[in-house]
Amino acid sequence: MKTSENCINRNYLNYVKSVCPKTKEKRSLFRAFLVGGIICSIGQAIRLIFESLLGLAGDELAAYVSMVMIFLGAFLTGLGVYDRIGKFAGGGSIVPITGFANSVVSPAMEFKTEGYVYGVASKMFIIAGPIIVFGVASSVLVGILYFIGYRIF
Amino acid sequence: MVWETIFMFLKAFAVGGAICTIAQLLINYTKITSGKILVSFLLAGIVLQAIGVYQYIVDFAGAGATVPISGFGYLLAKGAMEGAKESLFMAITGGLTSAAMGVTAAIVFGYFFALICKSRSKKN
Repeated sequence: MKTSENCINRNYLNYVKSVCPKTKEKRSLFRAFLVGGIICSIGQAIRLIFESLLGLAGDELAAYVSMVMIFLGAFLTGLGVYDRIGKFAGGGSIVPITGFANSVVSPAMEFKTEGYVYGVASKMFIIAGPIIVFGVASSVLVGILYFIGYRIF
Repeated sequence: MVWETIFMFLKAFAVGGAICTIAQLLINYTKITSGKILVSFLLAGIVLQAIGVYQYIVDFAGAGATVPISGFGYLLAKGAMEGAKESLFMAITGGLTSAAMGVTAAIVFGYFFALICKSRSKKN
């Protein structure tokens, strides 16, 4: 009797596993795609505006677009809007550069009570710090490897 | 011209959305925290640019490839690779030079908005 009970239990749990989270996961994927796509389209719109109005091109254009996106991310985080977007979008709000700005402002506001030096200024790099460390370190690695490559070949 | 612009937006939407969907897949099926997802997407951007792939994605999708954090990695690697053509000094500083705007904007705007805004996350 006990084995059959176990069996039913397991079957039931498998059934729950197979039915319950899948729909949720699919929905979260769709939301991430939607919000991520919208944020990138906003970036594309800013790109278009800068391109046609200010005549920027290439790296300069990309740099100004990322500056505006970081501004928007920091601004919306300050207003408390970005966290609400984050609850809806998950990965769709983390990966764009606005999410990078959010990861800077959010802990900085949180630790404001600890002061403006060791609170705000140091805690703003809790998540952004590793990104800058790994980014700069590996860009130096790439640069040196390419430098050696160009000198040899 | 109009269709070209609309098509460009669709490409940016599709590629940007796809990159974010990959992140959501990682969140759903692994226990990686959001900070590590940001770092791994940045490293992915650097590696893809170093082997010469990411430039094609950027040419295809525009902001769809440069707005995600992998585009930040692309910028770092691209600066380093272009600097490597010039000298060792440029090879070392090139990455941070081309990413200088992003880092500066994050620090300045980040500090500014943290000063003037109050945290709301405790209220809900």
